Amino acid sequence: MSAKYTDHQGRPIIVVTGMGTLTSLGRGKKDNWDAITGGQSGIKKITRFPTEGLNTQIAGTVDFMNTREVSAPAISYAMADATAEEALAEAGFGSDGFPGPLYFAAPPVEVEWQHRFSLMDENPDAETGYSQLLEAARKKSHMHMHLLVQIGGIAYRLAEKYQTKGLPISLSTACASGATSIQQGMEAIRRGDTQAALCVASDGSVTSEGLIRFSLLSALTTQNNEEPHRASRPFSRDRSGFVMSEGSAALVLETLEHAKNRGAKVLGVIRGVGEKADKFHRTRSSPDGVPVITAIQRALDDAGIIDNHVDYINAHGTSTPENDRMEYNSLHAVFGDKVSSIPISSNKSMIGHTLTAAGAVEAVFSFMTMQCGTIPPTINYENPDPDIHLDVVPNEKRNAEVSSVLSNSFGFGGQNACLVFGADVV
Amino acid sequence: MTKQNREVWITGIGLVSCFGEGATYHWDILGGDSAPEAIQEKELFAPYTVHPLPEIDWSKQIPRRGDQRQMENWQRLGTYAAGLALDDAGLKDNEELVSSMDLVVAAGGGERDIDSDHQIMAEAKHHSDRDRLLIERLPNDLRPTLFLAQLSNLLAGNISIVHKVTGSSRTYMGEENAGVTVIENVVARIAAGQSTHALVGGAYNAERLDLLLIQELGNYLSRNCDDPVIKRLENGGGIIPGSSGAFLVLEDAEFAKARGATPYAKISGVSSDMGARDDKTIAARVKTIFDNLPQSKNTIDSIISGASGVKNITEQEFAFLDQQFGSDIPVRATNSLIGNSMEGTFPANIALAALALKNGKFFPPSEESEKPATLDPKTILVTSFGHRFGEGLALVEKV
Repeated sequence: MSAKYTDHQGRPIIVVTGMGTLTSLGRGKKDNWDAITGGQSGIKKITRFPTEGLNTQIAGTVDFMNTREVSAPAISYAMADATAEEALAEAGFGSDGFPGPLYFAAPPVEVEWQHRFSLMDENPDAETGYSQLLEAARKKSHMHMHLLVQIGGIAYRLAEKYQTKGLPISLSTACASGATSIQQGMEAIRRGDTQAALCVASDGSVTSEGLIRFSLLSALTTQNNEEPHRASRPFSRDRSGFVMSEGSAALVLETLEHAKNRGAKVLGVIRGVGEKADKFHRTRSSPDGVPVITAIQRALDDAGIIDNHVDYINAHGTSTPENDRMEYNSLHAVFGDKVSSIPISSNKSMIGHTLTAAGAVEAVFSFMTMQCGTIPPTINYENPDPDIHLDVVPNEKRNAEVSSVLSNSFGFGGQNACLVFGADVV
Repeated sequence: MTKQNREVWITGIGLVSCFGEGATYHWDILGGDSAPEAIQEKELFAPYTVHPLPEIDWSKQIPRRGDQRQMENWQRLGTYAAGLALDDAGLKDNEELVSSMDLVVAAGGGERDIDSDHQIMAEAKHHSDRDRLLIERLPNDLRPTLFLAQLSNLLAGNISIVHKVTGSSRTYMGEENAGVTVIENVVARIAAGQSTHALVGGAYNAERLDLLLIQELGNYLSRNCDDPVIKRLENGGGIIPGSSGAFLVLEDAEFAKARGATPYAKISGVSSDMGARDDKTIAARVKTIFDNLPQSKNTIDSIISGASGVKNITEQEFAFLDQQFGSDIPVRATNSLIGNSMEGTFPANIALAALALKNGKFFPPSEESEKPATLDPKTILVTSFGHRFGEGLALVEKV
């Protein structure tokens, strides 16, 4: 392999040649980019199910997918399908299929209440309960419902439709899943298993039970039910929890050599990844921050970044009191006081927390930041947290030349994955 | 299929099934001259049969009660089996090596609170606005900790907390195929030098009405029939779920040698794919999956099959095995004895293959149509034909 196709460690340079995204702000990269650089919020009152009496009544739902049923697997599949299609079209892969594997960051899917109720109604005379549902299931096959609740079901359908290679991977690292899907694609390419990988992440799980579960963990903000667009306030003193949201993103990864050989346009470079698991607690990070610090430092080192210099940080920035403080402390530990002069913004201030999809959605926005020379703002930044000394690109977008980005993703279960992107081949 | 460079050794096995726990115990029970009687629960979930969990003292691998309370049985089982594997590999309290160890877990969906579901369903029966009922009941009925028992990646999270395995942590999901892809991924990473030592496996709690429902939506469960896999086909076939937890410690052979670890066996290749399942298409695809395995596939002498008993796909699998190896090769469909553990099945079958190779003897037939083994096993093929999607093969060899 020619040296110009390899990175500082002699590994193949990995580039992005196609991207797609979809959030509560709209479908496709253009609409989303216009909205987030305009400081627009996609958070709104939930209309999908009644919310009276619930502590949290807002979310960044995606209400325009027109699926046969409104359920997590149906919406998640429709969004993943849309973003995969957008990314593959941009990369120039068509009906011949895709020459690599699918890494899909999959939302949790299961039999939902609407399914239980419909099975009950199919078998109304039986004694209520799971035996009633099982009896309904025995009476006739429910192959479509079965497919919807297969936990690998969305990936199976995407793999068949887009003819990716081999068994698709459905993965979860909770709220770091989107970053993990990119990481898995990178690792496969670096191993030499493949020249290309399709990385997709999708989460459409704003159901009443999904919302209530997060609510019971006190993870969601309850403060702004009447002014939903103000609810997600990363790095603010008055931040009070995240906003549950839906969305999807897809990225086509290839070796630079593969992209060049087929004449594909390079949108950016995936330079490095770092990961470290945390053993401290199921939902909280180690107080000393060591796993997060290690993940960030590993990503910078893996990318061959000299003197820890990056132009921009795309924050995990969930708007929970704990995450944003922990993220700042960890960044400070890695970058020192100069962290205060690196622009950092949280897309979640506008689109909320797209959970499984977040790392991939934010990767797409990171590449667009470099392409367009525009940093999207952190909106709702009215009362800075005095203990967090960051340049959060408050409230208004900023024009800046950005050639390297650090993107952070952290998840329940001690999951920490950080990615480093570059504008050009270095 | 990955280019194999470094040899991948199995140096630790953690296995829990209806029979009990531990690698040695499983060999003692399953590796004798005749197969044991299957342990089945036939009443509780009738018309379905399941292989239940054995009695387990969780505190032997999950010492803190607080940790046990944060999990339901699926996560306890996986965390327990992971601890057994670390013990078996001599790594349990080696802080340095577990903190740099990679973790890859095959997981399904987490537990539901069946009682709470029942209460809501009972109330919903005559309720005019069920959506409203849900938002009134769920905030009070759901236990906050249950959510954490429902997140797929929290089995890995609990393994990190309880056993301090923190090099990296990934969870792959999705039925039998997750079991295949976690092994395939770790073997590829070790072979390519991306990992030196890893903990990989899965677990399944078969005694759950919510999971039985998922399979039965597609009419995949065996009804009123608890026969072994091949015989079950005469009655229309179907899955008999089994509770199990199976974790393996896989290591780069050089890394293992340097720390003085001894192998059960090596995994020399894993290959998998998915696609349409008409007879012709699947036959061609499985042939390609098989051809992608390394050369030593030509010396396969025994087969451990993950066949679920689902009629069409099990018949297609046996047609492939017949055509490739002839009808005299010993095949053991382990679902007959330990049931189908979905994500846990493939890791469990790799573990059983490794036990047979280490002990230099193959398992006895568990039903009439299984041929006795005439040779000591040296190269075992492990199969996984998912009940609805996906096929995978692994080659496990004597070191």
